[in-house]
Amino acid sequence: MMTTTSNTPIIEIRNLKKSYGSNCVLDGFNLTLKEGENLVVMGKSGSGKSVMIKCLIGLEQADSGSITVMGKDVMALEKDELDDLRTEIGFLFQGSALYDSMSVRENLEFPLRRHTKKFGIIEDTTPLVMEALKNVGLESAVDLMPSELSGGMKRRVALARTLILKPKIILYDEPTTGLDPITSKEIILLMQSIQKEYKTSSIIITHDVDCARVIANKMILLVDGINYAEGTFKELSESKDPKVAAFFK
Amino acid sequence: MSAFSKISRNFEAFLIEIGELSYFAGNFFKELFKTPFEGKELLRQCYNMGNRSLLLVGVTGFIIGLVFDLQSRPTLQEFGAVSWMPSMISISIIREIGPIITSLICAGRIGSGIGAELGSMRVTEQIDAMDVSGTNPFKYLVVTRILATTLMLPLLVLFGDAIALYGSFLVENLKGNVSFQLYFNQVFEALKFSDLVPATIKSFFFGFAIGLVGCYKGYYCKKGTAGVGLAANSAVVYTSMLLFIIDFVAVFVTDIFYHE
Ligand SMILES: Nc1ncnc2c1ncn2[C@@H]1O[C@H](COP(=O)(O)OP(=O)(O)O)[C@@H](O)[C@H]1O
Ligand SMILES: [Mg+2]
Repeated sequence: MMTTTSNTPIIEIRNLKKSYGSNCVLDGFNLTLKEGENLVVMGKSGSGKSVMIKCLIGLEQADSGSITVMGKDVMALEKDELDDLRTEIGFLFQGSALYDSMSVRENLEFPLRRHTKKFGIIEDTTPLVMEALKNVGLESAVDLMPSELSGGMKRRVALARTLILKPKIILYDEPTTGLDPITSKEIILLMQSIQKEYKTSSIIITHDVDCARVIANKMILLVDGINYAEGTFKELSESKDPKVAAFFK
Repeated sequence: MSAFSKISRNFEAFLIEIGELSYFAGNFFKELFKTPFEGKELLRQCYNMGNRSLLLVGVTGFIIGLVFDLQSRPTLQEFGAVSWMPSMISISIIREIGPIITSLICAGRIGSGIGAELGSMRVTEQIDAMDVSGTNPFKYLVVTRILATTLMLPLLVLFGDAIALYGSFLVENLKGNVSFQLYFNQVFEALKFSDLVPATIKSFFFGFAIGLVGCYKGYYCKKGTAGVGLAANSAVVYTSMLLFIIDFVAVFVTDIFYHE
């Protein structure tokens, strides 16, 4: 799928470093996401993909470097400003991260409780909840509990929860990991249709070569804490570098 | 030498843990007075905790009252002091046995529950998801739970005390033909305000300790499912230890205030 990409970077990461004790996870990572672009980040398990994306949204504090999202320096923001910026960023967590003591409806309403600046205080959240569920094809699940959902349904509900604030950017942390191939394909199709409808820019972290092939406008390989290789899917998949080629076997 | 260094390393880890726990408690007081107050969640937690432990506290209290009476009776009988039973039992239950037994049960029931619940929320990134949703997870999850245990424990203790006294009354009634009225007249004659107040204050601290340690262990749970079990387990162990330390201090302080 080709989308029109403009040239203004909406996310820019420069020389990002992060260590846990003596474990140096990110060692000068760079990334640029342009508006409307789908950027796929691939890397081995434990290479620091989740850490990178969590620094990006302010869940982890980077040691050094700079992170700019929509013109704002994430690392310098106050809590309130960070919260405002977060209404523009949807985050799909690795294991869906649905609140398991709450129903699907309450899960979707939760982001609306505090992010009131964007929509004001909403008296009746039902239309918004139903709209988000409709976009992931799960209106019938509104009153179920997360424990009653299958893995694929959970992922859809989690996606609906990130959509409810109508974000401009969506960060997907391994959206298809742990799902069977058919469900994975459905989730990928869903990601595409969401991008069309909401005109989002996204960073997609994945191991899944098929997912990358379909969705990536551009790819970055994260190896040894740096952006080891960059390019389109085609360029990277034809690379002779053994470290790069290993991803496409 | 290596044994010594192992002990000193363990001791160091213990001191670090105490430091972190104090910092955690400090955060609680800092967040406590900030808006929004999450009143609905607080009520839900209070209800859940009361609801989950009421039966357990009741049954245990009843058996403790019954057994305590049955076992002390022969001794007092030897001295011909059976009529002292109600006052003796009520004082020991209200001052000590009620609060500590109820708290230990709640440490097992509520404390481990909080540890496991927050631990699994941490591991499955639900706490991160809350943060991203603009809700302060410390405020929403931790402050409400610590407040709930602090408020609910004194109530549970009073409930446990009452049931234990009733258990002891049943024995007295069956064995010594003591009427309900006579038994509780003696109980209230023996009890002073100075018995109930320190016990209740102590119970607030017990409740605070249960919530604090459970939340601390769960909130900083290590990744992986083993971490959740460990969080629940160590919440109970640490809390139980802390309960006895608080109890010791409380008895000391009470002694200074009331028996100069
Ligand atoms: N909170 C943390 N404390 C210590 N080490 C961490 C923490 N989070 C991640 N790590 C370490 O950072 C590395 C990268 O983790 P992660 O980003 O989750 O990998 P992945 O690329 O699979 O998403 C791992 O070695 C992990 O042990
Ligand atoms: Mg990851």
